[in-house]
Amino acid sequence: MSLARINALLVRHLYLYRRSVPRFLEIFYWPLLDLVVWGFITLYLAQQGQALHGVVTFFLGALILWDVLFRAQQGITISFLEEIWARNLMNLFASPLTAGEFLTATMALSVLKVSMVSLVMVIAAFVFYSYNVFLLGLSLIPFVLNLIATGWIIGILTTSIIMRFGQQAEVLAWGMVFLFQPISCVFYPLAVLPPWLQPLAWANPAAHVFEGMRAILLEGQVPFLHLGWATGLNAFYLLLMILLFHYTFAVCKDRGLLVRVGE
Amino acid sequence: MTSPIPAIEVRHLTKRFGNFTALDDISFDLWPGETVGLLGPNGAGKTTTIQLLLNVMTPTSGSIRIFGLDLQRHRKTVLKHVNFSSTYISMPFSLTVEENLRVIAKLYGLSDVSRKIDDVIKKLEMADIRHKLTRKLSSGQMTRLTLAKAVMTDPKILLLDEPTASLDPDIAHKIKAFLKEYRNTAGLSMLYTSHNMREMEEMSDRIIFLQRGRIVAQGTVEEIVRQYGQRDLEAVFLKLAREQD
Repeated sequence: MSLARINALLVRHLYLYRRSVPRFLEIFYWPLLDLVVWGFITLYLAQQGQALHGVVTFFLGALILWDVLFRAQQGITISFLEEIWARNLMNLFASPLTAGEFLTATMALSVLKVSMVSLVMVIAAFVFYSYNVFLLGLSLIPFVLNLIATGWIIGILTTSIIMRFGQQAEVLAWGMVFLFQPISCVFYPLAVLPPWLQPLAWANPAAHVFEGMRAILLEGQVPFLHLGWATGLNAFYLLLMILLFHYTFAVCKDRGLLVRVGE
Repeated sequence: MTSPIPAIEVRHLTKRFGNFTALDDISFDLWPGETVGLLGPNGAGKTTTIQLLLNVMTPTSGSIRIFGLDLQRHRKTVLKHVNFSSTYISMPFSLTVEENLRVIAKLYGLSDVSRKIDDVIKKLEMADIRHKLTRKLSSGQMTRLTLAKAVMTDPKILLLDEPTASLDPDIAHKIKAFLKEYRNTAGLSMLYTSHNMREMEEMSDRIIFLQRGRIVAQGTVEEIVRQYGQRDLEAVFLKLAREQD
């Protein structure tokens, strides 16, 4: 694993974002729009029902955390799509760059994106709604790290599918993550899901994170069980997805798809 | 040609896509300092050969050794010394020429990057487009950029897939002149594909003629012309291509 080659890819994408206003705005536009809409909804709900104690914290916290997952996924998938759009995959993979280094670079990029978006959302939530996400405490950090890992998992899965099936699968870059949203229990407790769906949700690390976040708010204690499950599941799925990525990469090289993926 | 180890040693290379055989048991050598023209009609297997040599595609069977090292097993070491240029590839459009070269330099782990970029920009007369966005380059300028990214890494082997296709004669002439001078000064080995027979005669020490994925002839231009009893390479090409039809 060469840090210099990983750095080369990071530099390539930083050049891209530095110059491209639409790409730069895209990072902030949707999260801010989400925050405005959900912020007003939660304010309205808070005014209507006294019983919904801490509703602002629930919804805005959940929204910010969901965006962490979403941006982590996009960081990986969109970076790959950028190379397809630029017809740059042959330049990259005819160089000493390895598939593992490529993947590591996209993961690092996703952390950069998540950091930027989270910073903006945290500030905006505080300015517009006097909401301080750090009310959740330091225990938030391991949960956020778990969400980033879940985002990577979905990102690598999506990238592998796009690499294998080409541009016809591009739409998954924006849609795949929402397939996981209902069973991530972002805005509602897992208990409201129908019984047949609950095992699927329990197998989803993101559901443990959001259940954990609600437990912190309601009980004021760090739910180590949820944290343990989220971490264990993430480690398992991440390993699985890295293997899938390398397998798909090998299949694409065998079928000559790697250099034709953007055609 | 004096070195006991070929720059490229291809043995029994076969590439199949399902039932279609793109390359069928080809073997050849490319010696240090030698330029070999890979010739053949569309679909003969030229680009597939180059993609296999760049390890962006894996062979069905056979082996590729670069300076004695197996390409599959020593990919990272080997690819540091190999580069390519092709009319059919591009570079990130939203980066300037210099930014693209800088990224490539980092990918290949070059030292003294700024000097290398200055050198290649001077050699290929690219000073006027150094800060130009890649999307705004003409096809001739784009060819120079892909060539610049290839030679900047000081390769020992250069793979060129129709480097002058779609260029006007003046720019094509300049590119060929650059390649000849660079080959002589850097002593590199080149594998060259083109549909321009005069260019092939001018650039190549030796020709490998591919047809339907098989090598049907190889030797110097004179040997091949004599072997087929034709007046020049173009006549040989037409004869073989029409046999395929």
